[in-house]
Amino acid sequence: MKVLVIAEHDNTHLKAQTLPVLTAALRLTSRADVLVIGHRCEAVAEAAAGLDGVARVRKVDAQHYEHFLAENLAMVVAQMAAAYTHVFLPASAFGKNLGPRVAAMLDVAQISEIIDIVDAETFVRPTYAGNVLETVRSSDPLKLVTVRPAAFAPVAKATGMAPIEDAPAGPDMGVSRWVGNDLPQNARPELATARVVVAGGRGLGSHDAYHRLLEPLADCLGAALGATRAAVDANYIPNDYQVGQTGKAVAPDVYIAVGISGAIQHVAGMRDAKLIVAINKDPDAPIFKVADVGLVGDLHEILPQLTDALRR
Amino acid sequence: MKILVPVKRVVDYQLRVRIREDGRGVDADGLKMSMNPFDEIALEEAIRLREAGIARELVAVSCGLGACQETLRTALAMGADRAVLIETDVQLQPLGVAKLLKWLALREAPQLVLMGKQAIDDDACQTAQMLAAMLGWPQATFASKLLMGAETATVTREIDGGLETLELSLPAVISTDLRLNEPRYASLPNVMKARRAVIEVLPAEELGVDLTSRLSILQVAAPAPRAAGQRVSSVEALAQCVRTKLAEAPGGAT
Ligand SMILES: Cc1cc2nc3c(=O)[nH]c(=O)nc-3n(C[C@H](O)[C@H](O)[C@H](O)COP(=O)(O)OP(=O)(O)OC[C@H]3O[C@@H](n4cnc5c(N)ncnc54)[C@H](O)[C@@H]3O)c2cc1C
Ligand SMILES: Nc1ncnc2c1ncn2[C@@H]1O[C@H](COP(=O)(O)O)[C@@H](O)[C@H]1O
Repeated sequence: MKVLVIAEHDNTHLKAQTLPVLTAALRLTSRADVLVIGHRCEAVAEAAAGLDGVARVRKVDAQHYEHFLAENLAMVVAQMAAAYTHVFLPASAFGKNLGPRVAAMLDVAQISEIIDIVDAETFVRPTYAGNVLETVRSSDPLKLVTVRPAAFAPVAKATGMAPIEDAPAGPDMGVSRWVGNDLPQNARPELATARVVVAGGRGLGSHDAYHRLLEPLADCLGAALGATRAAVDANYIPNDYQVGQTGKAVAPDVYIAVGISGAIQHVAGMRDAKLIVAINKDPDAPIFKVADVGLVGDLHEILPQLTDALRR
Repeated sequence: MKILVPVKRVVDYQLRVRIREDGRGVDADGLKMSMNPFDEIALEEAIRLREAGIARELVAVSCGLGACQETLRTALAMGADRAVLIETDVQLQPLGVAKLLKWLALREAPQLVLMGKQAIDDDACQTAQMLAAMLGWPQATFASKLLMGAETATVTREIDGGLETLELSLPAVISTDLRLNEPRYASLPNVMKARRAVIEVLPAEELGVDLTSRLSILQVAAPAPRAAGQRVSSVEALAQCVRTKLAEAPGGAT
C-alpha cells in the first residue's frame, strides 16, 4: 500500500485534523507520505515531518497556493496520485472541497467521511445523518478517501524527522481569485478534535446568554464550544461551531448539550461522544434518549451552579 | 444568463429510514419523498437572481427514477422555467450523476450551475466539485452569500474557522449551504400549473455516459445503540459524572 495524506494547514501551522487522518492511513501501511501544498509553508512541512509514521513530506510551494484554491490544488494532487494506492484527506471544509475535484479528474469515486477501515478496499461511512452505517468496497485502482477526524485518534510525535522533499508546482488555473476571509480568533481547542465540548442550542435564548453561561463552563473544562443550527441561525455564534449532519462531527470524552432538543440532524454529529450530558427543561426532549446523564431544569439556574461545582 | 439547478429526490429530512432485513440496503417504501433541502436553497437563490433581472432562464434537472418527476414538478411550482429528467433505474453515485450533469451542462451551456452542497441521504458532498472538475470550471462550495457580476460571481463560503470570499470567473459551479437563504413555498396555483407542465425525459442509457458503479455496498447497519442513560436530580450529581469521566479517560482530568 502506498498512501498519500494531504495536510491541512494555514501556511504556518499544521491543522490538528491532519493527525487523525495519518492514524487512519497507518492502518494500511507502516509509513505514509504527507503532501503539503501552500506558500511559504516550510514550518508546516517540518511539523508534518516530526509525526509518527511519516515516510517523507512532499512540499509544493508557490504563491498561487497561498489560499488553497481547489482548482490549483487539485492539479497537483491528481498528478501526484498516480504513484499511490490511496489518497487520504480530512473530512473538513478543506478536504470536502478538494477531494471530489481530484476524484473526478482521475475518474474514481470518492469514499466520503469514513469512520472505520475494514481492509485496503473496504471502508465504513455514515449516511442518512448517521442513522445508517454503510460498509462499501471500492473497485477503483486509486482509493480517494476523506476521513472523519473525530473517528480516529491523533497520531503521536516521532522521535526523529522524516525527510522533506520539494516537488514541482502545477499551473495557476486563474479561474478563481481569493478575495478575503473572516476568521474570528478562537483560543479554544479545535471543535472537531476537542476532548470536551460544551454545546448550546436555541434554549439559551440569546447571544448574550450563550456566551455568559457557556463560556465560563467551557473555560473551566478546557472545552471547545459547539452549537446547533438553530443557535447559529439565531446568531448566537458563527457557523463553524455547528455540530451535526451538515456541520462538524465530534467524538469528545464529554459532550454537554445545553438547551438542545436533540434533532436527528444534531445527534448525527455528536452521537459518538463517550459521555453525553443533557440539560433541558423539557423532560420529554429527544436529547434525553441519547444522553448518558440528564438533568431536567432551567439552564439559567443550572449552568452557574454547574460551573461552580466543576471549579471546586 | 441561464442557470442550471440539479435537484435530488430524497427521503424527507424529518423521517428515518429503516434498514432492510437482509442488511443490504435501506427501505424507503411508503416514506414521504422531498426535494433535498440544499437544492431548495439553490433553486430559491436562482429564482431570486431571475427576480433581480440577472438570470433569464432556470432549468431544473434530476437524475434517477421516473418518480423524480415529482421533485421536478416541485421545482417548477417554486419557479423553475423548464425541467429535465435524466431517467435511469441504475443506482446512481455522485461520480455518475456528475457525468450526467456534465452532459446536460454542455448541451444547455449555462453560466452558472447552482446546486446543494450535500444530499441528505448519501451525505456524500461530492457532486458539485466533481461536475466543476469535469467541466474545467471554477467551484465555490458551501456558499452562504452570492453576488453576481457580469463576468464573475463573488461567493462567501462557510469554512472551518469562519468565512472566505472568492471571485469566480463564469461559467462556474456553486454549492449552497443552509444560510444562503430561506426557500419559499410554492403557491397552490403554481402547484396546479406545474402538474400540467411538460418535463423533458432523457433516457440516461442513450447519453453515452459511463454509469458503472465503483463502490459496492457490502452491508448497511444501524449504529450501536447508546445504553439507556440515567436522570440525575442535582447539579452536584451531574458534576460528579463529568469529573469521573474526565478522570478515567486517557489524558486525565483537565
Ligand atoms: C437539511 C438539514 C440539515 C440540518 N443540519 C443540522 C446540523 O448539522 N446541526 C444541527 O444542530 N441542526 C441541523 N438541522 C436543524 C435541526 O433539524 C434542528 O432544527 C436543530 O438542531 C434544533 O436546534 P435546537 O435544539 O437548538 O433548537 P430547538 O429544537 O428549538 O430546541 C431548544 C431546546 O431548548 C430547551 N429549552 C428552552 N428553554 C430552556 C431553558 N430555559 N432551560 C433548559 N432548556 C430549555 C427546549 O426544551 C428545547 O428542547 C438541520 C436541518 C435540516 C433540514
Ligand atoms: N440524482 C441527482 N439528481 C440531481 N441532482 C443531484 C443528484 N444527486 C446529487 N445531486 C446534486 O448534487 C448535490 C450534492 O449531492 P451529493 O454529492 O450526493 O452529496 C445535491 O444537493 C444535488 O444538487
